[in-house]
Amino acid sequence: MDFSLTDEQQMFRDMFRSFAQKEIARVAEHTDKEEQLPPELLNKAAEQGMLGALVPDTLGGAALDPLSYTLMLEEIGKACLSTAAVILMHTSLATQAVLDFGSDDQKGRWLPALAAGEALGSFALTEPDAGSDAQSVSTRAVHDGDDYVLTGEKSWVGNASIAGLFVVFATSDPKANGRGMSALVLEKDTPGLKVGHREPTLGLRGAMFHTVYLDGVRVPVTNRLGGEGDGWKIAENSLEHVRLALGAAGLGIAQAALDAGRAFAVERKQFGVPIATKQAIGDYFAETVIEIESLRHLIHYAAWLAEQKQSFASEAAMIKVLAARTARNATNRMLQVHGGYGFSAEYSISRLYRDARALDLIGGTPQIQRVQLARHVFEDTGVKVAP
Amino acid sequence: MDFDLKPEHQALRRFLREFVQEEIKPLVKQIDRTSLVPDELLKKAAAAGLFGIPFSQKYGGMGAGEMGYCILMEELGRADASTTAILGAHTGIGVMTMYLDGTEELKRRYLPDLCAGRKIAAFALTEANAGSDAASIRMRAVREGDSYILDGEKMWITNGPVADVLSVLAITDPSLGARGGATCFAVESKWEGFSAGKREEKMGLHGSPTAALKFDNLRVPQENVIGKVGLGFVTMMKTLDVGRVSLGAATLGGAQAALEAAMQWAKMRVQFGRNLANMQSIQFMVADMAAEIESLRSLVYRTAWLVDAGRPFTKEAGMCKLLGSEIASRCIDRALQIHGALGFTRDGWVERAWRDSRINEIFEGTNEIQRIVIASELFQEIGVRIRP
Repeated sequence: MDFSLTDEQQMFRDMFRSFAQKEIARVAEHTDKEEQLPPELLNKAAEQGMLGALVPDTLGGAALDPLSYTLMLEEIGKACLSTAAVILMHTSLATQAVLDFGSDDQKGRWLPALAAGEALGSFALTEPDAGSDAQSVSTRAVHDGDDYVLTGEKSWVGNASIAGLFVVFATSDPKANGRGMSALVLEKDTPGLKVGHREPTLGLRGAMFHTVYLDGVRVPVTNRLGGEGDGWKIAENSLEHVRLALGAAGLGIAQAALDAGRAFAVERKQFGVPIATKQAIGDYFAETVIEIESLRHLIHYAAWLAEQKQSFASEAAMIKVLAARTARNATNRMLQVHGGYGFSAEYSISRLYRDARALDLIGGTPQIQRVQLARHVFEDTGVKVAP
Repeated sequence: MDFDLKPEHQALRRFLREFVQEEIKPLVKQIDRTSLVPDELLKKAAAAGLFGIPFSQKYGGMGAGEMGYCILMEELGRADASTTAILGAHTGIGVMTMYLDGTEELKRRYLPDLCAGRKIAAFALTEANAGSDAASIRMRAVREGDSYILDGEKMWITNGPVADVLSVLAITDPSLGARGGATCFAVESKWEGFSAGKREEKMGLHGSPTAALKFDNLRVPQENVIGKVGLGFVTMMKTLDVGRVSLGAATLGGAQAALEAAMQWAKMRVQFGRNLANMQSIQFMVADMAAEIESLRSLVYRTAWLVDAGRPFTKEAGMCKLLGSEIASRCIDRALQIHGALGFTRDGWVERAWRDSRINEIFEGTNEIQRIVIASELFQEIGVRIRP
């Protein structure tokens, strides 16, 4: 078993690290305060190939291998979790759906623009009454000639106000509980598609989450990804990918917290010594690296499974839970290491703490992941586990 | 053993709960958004006697003891952490220093105004180089005739920008340092040489003004010494000790509010065809919250009883602060999780409480210090002296 990165992967990682530190980390505090990414930042990221990370090069993408993609998100997450969220919602949720379920024609139509960052992707699944219970989507898709007419309300749609392309999940049969769902691609400015109010959030303030209204939106059947009724399968596939992506971003922010805490603990002297030498403080660092290294290796394993084209659904669920926990614990412990300064808005650690908290909510809560994992554990015993 | 509160304390709780419901709850969102607890509210609180609850009636206080004060802090803690911090810093440590160790004359001079809320108090111990290591403060107080000249800076002082009277620790004998060579003073902010820096921008507790303070050759009359010259560190530690009990009460209130909010949401929110209250993992989260809160409640009020009974309480006070802050953080975090994405939105109580509560594990003596205090007390009981 060879755990080392290939030369190419190391090169990618160094490139991502350099870009992230130079362009993203520098403006992270600003992004948080202004509650948006600086306008040029996404263009710069697009130039680096980040927005087309997994798209084949024949369609203008960077064609990264899965592990390099996680390395990319780790570096971006380390620099700014909001920026990582904006990018991975575009790549792992929206673009992934087109990549895995689009026809050749659809891929040719949409992937180049998505890969170049000319259109930012948005993924509209969640509704006010369909959160953890994502299958109970009630946005309707009604046949009308060669079109569907969409009516409904989506909530917590990431990137909505800056998106060029939306992957929207609607059902032709609300009583079928997910089996009637289809995935439809809409361009912004489609009549009837309205981006509504934005949710002001605790953390991840640079990412934008909006309510989106679909008011009799007409969309051609040729904009449907996969077959009618394939919607839930498509949603699950994207969610699986985004869990791995969020895991990598979470690893990044945990590392950022560790680095900040380490620097502080060396500088800050109390009782005549750097606080790094106090046993209880040392324990916080020890626990943090245990969790970080566990997460890192689980991510690498899942990326390897993805590269082998094997299913990584369970690993993605594990990673989601572990990453949220690791990021939360790391930022919390390192905030404590900072003492009073940890509560000050002038040090970055409180922003990391607020941002990390999002990871237990976005992309599926640990409560849901645990149900999925329990189901997986008991799968071949004939015992059925449900939420 | 009678575990019921005395009738007068029960009446106090009912009175405070109503006051908080009518006067504070409606302002909570605004306080966070504007970073200000309105003067109007503080005036009403003063008129209701909220500024002098534990102190003897002979000084204008309500005479409700530590028990009554914990009840206040719990009721305030249920609604708003910023208002709690203002009143807590004022009563629990600001005025308390003077109440515990001030001369009769000093108390008669300052306490009536402070208990009536006409003046606000603060507690100024921490410095840039003296956080957990409070004994390494550097602020000097030099004797000059019948005064002391104070010079130095304090940091992270709650109520610092708005205080009228501050309990301040300074070194009077550098050869001895803080332990044996420090003295506590009652300093008025209107005196020449006092200035407050800009308000700290914090992650939460926006309505509680915190700042660095400068004492620039500030003259303090010797009548304003609190306690004994040279024994100021003991005075300050004694005050912090009792302050911890009421902080425990405040965090109890916050945890309780989180439990109630979580349960209301679990009752309302339907997913997978049933309300969250019917999901086992949610039930267990709620049960764990309630069990922790119940244990904290017993600990806090028993410790308040120890204080009022004149019994030793240092170890238990440390436990109140340690457990209270951690339980509140855990309960509020669980409540946020139960609320899902709504808990992450800046419109709700949970999001605000989550940002506010984090400081509880840090100020008033970090939880690491609390553990050291508790361990010290424990090992002392078996004849072992431990150092931090």
